Amino acid sequence: MRAYKIIVLAKQVPDTRNVGKDAMKADGTVNRAVLPAIFNPEDLNALEQALRIKDQNKGTTVKILTMGPDRAADVIREGLFRGADDGILLTDRAFAGSDTLATSYAIAQALKKMDKIDLIIAGRQAIDGDTAQVGPQVAEKLELLQVTYVEEIKELKGDTIVLKRRLDHGVEIVKCQLPLVITVNGTAAECRARNAKLLMQYKHAKTFTELQKEGGNYTSMYKNRPDLSISEWTVNDIETDPAQLGLTGSPTKVKNIENVVLQAKDSKVISSADAEIENMMVELIKSHTIC
Amino acid sequence: MANYYTDNSELKFHLNHPLMEKIVRLKERNFLFRKEFSFAPIDYEDAIDNYSLILEIVGEICGDIIAPNAESIDNEGPHISNGHVVYANGTKENIKALNQAGLMGMSLPYKYGGLNFAIVPYIMAADIVSRADAGFVNIWGLQDCAETINEFASEEQKERFLPRVSAGETMAMDLTEPDAGSDLQAVQLRATWDEDKKTWFLNGVKRFITNGDGEIALVLARSEPGTKDGRGLSMFIYDKHKGGVTVRRIEHKMGIIGSPTCELVFKDAPAELVGSRKMGLIKYVMALMNGARLGIAAQSVGIGEAAYREALNYAKERMQFGKSIINFPAIYEMLSVMKAKLDASRTLLYETARFVDIYKTYQHISEERQLEKNEREEMKQYQHLADIYTPLAKGMSSEFANQLAYDAVQIHGGSGFMKDYPVERIYRDARITSIYEGTTQLQVVAAIRGVTTGAYLNQIRVYEECEVSPQMEYLKRSLIILTDDYDRAVNKVTSAGDNEFIDFHARRLVEMAGHIIMGYLLLLDSNREELFLRSAKNYIAFARVQVKAHAEFIDASELNDLHTYKYDLQETVI
Repeated sequence: MRAYKIIVLAKQVPDTRNVGKDAMKADGTVNRAVLPAIFNPEDLNALEQALRIKDQNKGTTVKILTMGPDRAADVIREGLFRGADDGILLTDRAFAGSDTLATSYAIAQALKKMDKIDLIIAGRQAIDGDTAQVGPQVAEKLELLQVTYVEEIKELKGDTIVLKRRLDHGVEIVKCQLPLVITVNGTAAECRARNAKLLMQYKHAKTFTELQKEGGNYTSMYKNRPDLSISEWTVNDIETDPAQLGLTGSPTKVKNIENVVLQAKDSKVISSADAEIENMMVELIKSHTIC
Repeated sequence: MANYYTDNSELKFHLNHPLMEKIVRLKERNFLFRKEFSFAPIDYEDAIDNYSLILEIVGEICGDIIAPNAESIDNEGPHISNGHVVYANGTKENIKALNQAGLMGMSLPYKYGGLNFAIVPYIMAADIVSRADAGFVNIWGLQDCAETINEFASEEQKERFLPRVSAGETMAMDLTEPDAGSDLQAVQLRATWDEDKKTWFLNGVKRFITNGDGEIALVLARSEPGTKDGRGLSMFIYDKHKGGVTVRRIEHKMGIIGSPTCELVFKDAPAELVGSRKMGLIKYVMALMNGARLGIAAQSVGIGEAAYREALNYAKERMQFGKSIINFPAIYEMLSVMKAKLDASRTLLYETARFVDIYKTYQHISEERQLEKNEREEMKQYQHLADIYTPLAKGMSSEFANQLAYDAVQIHGGSGFMKDYPVERIYRDARITSIYEGTTQLQVVAAIRGVTTGAYLNQIRVYEECEVSPQMEYLKRSLIILTDDYDRAVNKVTSAGDNEFIDFHARRLVEMAGHIIMGYLLLLDSNREELFLRSAKNYIAFARVQVKAHAEFIDASELNDLHTYKYDLQETVI
């Protein structure tokens, strides 16, 4: 048994599962104001996997890393209520408008600032974009191994991990070495509920920005309770190239938005042969998905 | 995604009762616990917010895990392996989820790893869990026994056992034996002191023990050889990890199948004495039973909630003669009376829980410092109220739970008789509530003092003094008339000067008091929240018929009539 350092990547998303008629604005963008902000569901599956490792390996720490506006601190509190040790909110206007590339860049740069990490666990994808790109991109940028579509951690001994992947054609059991990035499917175990005592302990945890905004009756309490302060990192806390941040760093452009009703789950399997990848690129350019 | 707390606004209403501020202030020692325990609440709003958020966790686990598991647990049940209980798989899942969420030892003090919950929110959690699975609530709810350890065991014992309960070990209370059911004075299980080993050893058999294989058990045993009555009984803690007790049998029951009801064999099982010798039955079991009775009242209300919701949904969906059956007077009346009984038993439950909260908290405070004179008086006053309200709440709500389950099956028609719908299980689960922890008949024996001493009447007069809005005055006048009927009936029965005559009418008198009290409580609830007005009207209409019927019966009853009811065992033909 050894202690692991685990980072869970989590995102606050609009709850697209409970969509009312005002969910979209006239211009076709998501009306975030009317949708409740929630912990991205598959990130909760990811958190559960991290907490299970913590349950079984004394001394293991689980830290939540999230990027978003001030209110995304909710994601960190939610993680603390369920057993995470602490969290960092990566927040800055400079990150606004990031697509997956700019997001994974910022996150990777933040992760580089941290001490040695054994495992980075993220949800497969977020329900607001459904891209499933940020986890793999982070792995590439950090030059770490990655295993996607994980449903279960079968075994973890020393630096060797055995994972079960849930794929379209069945399951795959893979064994590999830490450090590693994992993305977890929604078919993995549901996240445990909040813990009553942790809830009482961290209910008042706040970022510095939140504290300043709210003021309130309890300010004296924070002086003696370092556990109640949630770290905020801005662009100044990490080393970045401004050209790769936010809107500037985001090649994705929204051309138009259509309402579609998904009739079936359809996927195409492409092998790693150059010819097949080239065909796919041509097809995506033709359909203007990429340009 | 269901949440059994947030989908039930009545619960939040009772959690925010005006008396809660006093309860929370006492329970949190004026918020001084914060000095020692950083997570303790800062003020009243903070504490109530904690209660509510934690009940949301309970509601979520109930909606997402416990309720969906109820059917498979009912089918699978527990079994014995090597003299120990193996729970049904769903039961194990439920326990794990509640443990992970830190929902064991909820009412224990912070220093023993508990949440220092007041009784009201704790009982509310029991109400919610019971709605999800009435069988499972027994296993979870036996954490109640820890309160008895907290009240009567030594500090050293508390420090050893209570944190284990907070960490999720389950409990049992081993009282009943083959020949000692309602009459616990007949308990035979032998406790002998071994001078060499400086330990008590238990030998004998216990029967009908709920969760009999729990990790920590409170055991009633005869420590004084040669004695025959309750004065020879003491209370012991048995720790399963020490060994010595095996499960010989799990009963095959009509309902609450997931809750293992065990026959236990004690063979030189080591145990420790709790408190003083000879006080086992006289003092400790009485306290234990009162806590357990309040738990059964909560279980009854939760079952009633489940029964009502199943019936309501079915009545809306079921089409006959071209319309939903809920549009037929025969059905909507039945449903509305069910709802009225449900709201009535719930308001009585929380009124009782508040009384228990105040007196018990004063009792704990009195161990820390001397109480002021007014505090002592208040403690006494609330203790008296708790003593007469607990059997009333248990008796009335368990009978109502049965009536609600019966009506819920009836509304389902033939489908309700099939195992395809949850009402069939709910009906079976409800049946035990009016039997265990003292049958309704025994609750009446405990409650009749409230009638004969005038204590219920005094409290009814207190409610009568409360102002209600002019549009509800007529309901209050109804209750005042019923109170006169009750008063007359009590005088008639007691003035005969015969105890058997009082016993004969005891249930009627207790029920009359119960109906009037619940009528008032609903009226006062409506005054605070209009949501309850419908139930207040319907309940008071129902209560009027019940009280009048009992009054008529008593009015026409004479001492001499008893012989037409009595049996003579010598006569062979009856």
